[in-house]
Amino acid sequence: MKLAKKDILGIKDLSVEEINLILDTAESFVEISTREIKKVPTLRGKTVINLFFEASTRTRTSFEIAGKRLSADTINISASTSSVVKGETLVDTARNLEAMNPDIIVIRHSAAGAPHLLARMIRQSVINAGDGFHEHPTQALLDMMTIRNKKGGFGGLKVAICGDIAHSRVARSNIYGLKKMGAKVAVAGPATMMPRDMDKMGVEVHYHLEEAITDADIVMMLRIQTERQNQSIFPSLREYSSYFSLNKRNIGLAKKDVIVMHPGPVNRGVELSPDIADGPYSVILDQVTNGVAVRMALLYLVTGGES
Amino acid sequence: MAIEQKKVVMDADGIDRSLTRIAYEILEKNKGVENLVLIGIRTGGVYLANRIQKKIAIIEKVNVPTGILDITFYRDDLARARKKPHPEKTDIPFGLEGRKVVLIDDVLFTGRTIRAAMDALIDFGRPKLIQLAVLIDRGHRELPIRADFVGKNLPSSRDEQVSVSLTEKKGQDEVVIERSF
Amino acid sequence: MKILLKGGRIVDPSQNLDGKMDLMIEDGRIVEIAKEIKKKASSELKIYELPGMIVAPGLIDMHVHLREPGYEYKETILTGCEAAVAGGFTSVACMPNTAPINDNRSITEFIIRKAAECGLANVYPLAAISKDSQGVNLAEFSEMKDAGAIGLSDDGKPVTNAALMRRALEYAHSLGLPVISHCEDTALSAGGLMNEGFVATELGLRGIPNSAEDVMVARDVILAGYTGTAVHICHVSTKGAAAIIGKAKKDGIKVTAETAPHYFTLSDEALRDYDVNLKVNPPLRTEEDRTAIRAALADGTIDVIATDHAPHARTDKEVEFEYAASGMIGLETSLALGLKLVAEGVLTISQLIEKMSVNPARILNLPKGTLTVGSDADITVFDPEKLWSVDTALFRSKSKNSPFQGWQMKGKALLTIVGGDVKYSEYED
Repeated sequence: MKLAKKDILGIKDLSVEEINLILDTAESFVEISTREIKKVPTLRGKTVINLFFEASTRTRTSFEIAGKRLSADTINISASTSSVVKGETLVDTARNLEAMNPDIIVIRHSAAGAPHLLARMIRQSVINAGDGFHEHPTQALLDMMTIRNKKGGFGGLKVAICGDIAHSRVARSNIYGLKKMGAKVAVAGPATMMPRDMDKMGVEVHYHLEEAITDADIVMMLRIQTERQNQSIFPSLREYSSYFSLNKRNIGLAKKDVIVMHPGPVNRGVELSPDIADGPYSVILDQVTNGVAVRMALLYLVTGGES
Repeated sequence: MAIEQKKVVMDADGIDRSLTRIAYEILEKNKGVENLVLIGIRTGGVYLANRIQKKIAIIEKVNVPTGILDITFYRDDLARARKKPHPEKTDIPFGLEGRKVVLIDDVLFTGRTIRAAMDALIDFGRPKLIQLAVLIDRGHRELPIRADFVGKNLPSSRDEQVSVSLTEKKGQDEVVIERSF
Repeated sequence: MKILLKGGRIVDPSQNLDGKMDLMIEDGRIVEIAKEIKKKASSELKIYELPGMIVAPGLIDMHVHLREPGYEYKETILTGCEAAVAGGFTSVACMPNTAPINDNRSITEFIIRKAAECGLANVYPLAAISKDSQGVNLAEFSEMKDAGAIGLSDDGKPVTNAALMRRALEYAHSLGLPVISHCEDTALSAGGLMNEGFVATELGLRGIPNSAEDVMVARDVILAGYTGTAVHICHVSTKGAAAIIGKAKKDGIKVTAETAPHYFTLSDEALRDYDVNLKVNPPLRTEEDRTAIRAALADGTIDVIATDHAPHARTDKEVEFEYAASGMIGLETSLALGLKLVAEGVLTISQLIEKMSVNPARILNLPKGTLTVGSDADITVFDPEKLWSVDTALFRSKSKNSPFQGWQMKGKALLTIVGGDVKYSEYED
């Protein structure tokens, strides 16, 4: 079994077998991060470039640690320090990087489809670390790994994804992945945060948080971008949090053994009340740990291979 | 059409006798079980390590700590592999610092697996010493590696297949040498 | 030089003509159409034998961007005209969004002078409605009309102020200039990159709702009805807009409309690979809209097929979808895509020629779009059966931003005659 494509651009393109392969492989990498010496020589001599056009601490750090624990040389390029600000286009940047012969380029970009453009331009493997509102495949994979660990599988599970669905790449990637793996997905958010024809993605669409989380096995809360207030998609943070935050009161609607997830960073007191974010239901830190293992697995699976 | 020639070179009793002898030799060479740990290399070595652990337990009434090592991350042919070998979990739930480690594998051939295993072990700490026990040594080394404990030396030609089957994975205990023309 | 077109099928909806006839051109004009004109070829007379070919009034594209002055790296009047005649167009009307904007006499005169130097297709400048297309003050319509402008549009920068639009319609009407409106509520479309719908939702691209077009079409037909003036609606892409126009026509409002080949050929499903050549404004809509546009073409609600030929250089397009310029070229693929409608039974060949020649001439008040004896010899001869595949490398247009690259097409212009002179020919001389 191997991945069919050189690039990991989205969960939509992955088969169930490929998702299982990635998750199984990731499980084997977990142990490395628990060692005294957290490093194996697997990718020695390989170069991984983290090309981040959008600020990110977690994802970039996670990829960097993943690469380093596999002995790859990891280089971080962020938009503020590269020639991107001097008007160089993504294509110029890509060609320049390609000329330096790296093995993998991890890209985060605010424009949907940017990783696809990059992948078309260069022969190296491209891993999408989040593009616009489109996809964030590594986040969905680490979420699926966390769910599989906690619940033993996906069949018959109800997953509620709540918040600003329209502007969430995490929601889209998770919907593709979880549905492929056999879970049911319900989404909830104010109508202004629900993209057009959302139901055609095969999910239940709700405009009240309570409806979506009722009997849910997993509740995934999305981060609200406070700057979106200006785009009049919600009147105020106060109003949003009184109707769309997960708290001690409404979590009782979900299953007894519900787990609460969040892609981070959490706005405590906005989408998640502090007692939930830091409480027994929360698996937010497991998500972070699994993130490193999933990214190690992907770096391992896409490198080398003379195909 | 390939004609296959198959020959059993060791049966269940033979395997058991060899493992018993190896257990005694390990104890003799290390003067008992103090500081001793066994590490089986996935997959065949894991079952053999467990069997040797049991034999030592009968002799010494002590369960020697036994771990599992997957050497995938340390292989020297990864960059060239078209299909990625699937890594399994390594499980060594104890420290190796200052320990006497007996690495256990089923067949010793080129020595590359053992090289990878030793690199892996050293990433877990600095053992006092590493010894190697194998059920079969079929020769053709490509690295300067030799076993401390050997069940059977089996002269073979390069294109022959030596396979150890064990009841824990499939079929019966036996060592078979195969050659296809 | 005289030209005799022999044995072709003459299709001229302006005089209900459809049949195998010969056509004689002398001194830039059509001098005779008859069942058979017997003449001998000489140094004075060129004869084209055209069995199986269609001889039509020269095609007119009333919505192109020639980019000159200001964006000569995308297209020039010369390369645009070369593309036009190669695509079978004898006349084009060019939008004013050049740099500087065609909002004054000197730019209009520049375009006309340049086009005359090229001597290929007729080029009719459309002038800006408002100064610098800012939507604040009216531009000098009379001056620009005197200089040769034949219509008005703030294409691409729609007039958002309804009062200004009303004044533009009234003032232009008194001068006999058509007002051509790109209908887009820019508040509703703000930040949008493609049609709002399922595909945009999946791709994570901000959507442009149909309503952004529909509300402006409604506004413009209401204003046209109220002021009793005419308005021409650009590139209709939605089912809703087509319905509003259809209703307005029934109510006797003087509204005409065009659509572009991509709106009746493609839908938003085609965008799944983030192909920047499919980024256009208005965006490619859903299959339902596409079906409605085809129906509106068939029932006459939409009068015109115009390309919205929008050349962009590689550097404008080879970027992230979000940053890519909007628009696609169309002059060299329009006729073949129109003929596809005929092959699919949506239009008759005569209706197609109406929408690509007769109607645009009528709307723009041009003495074109006809083969009547005495009129200018602007003639397009095309082979409706010729198979060819699109290779943008061979296009005359300076830019190559066509999503139809590699498509198999049927039907091609083989001879384009402007004012009695052959400007494009695939025949050996």
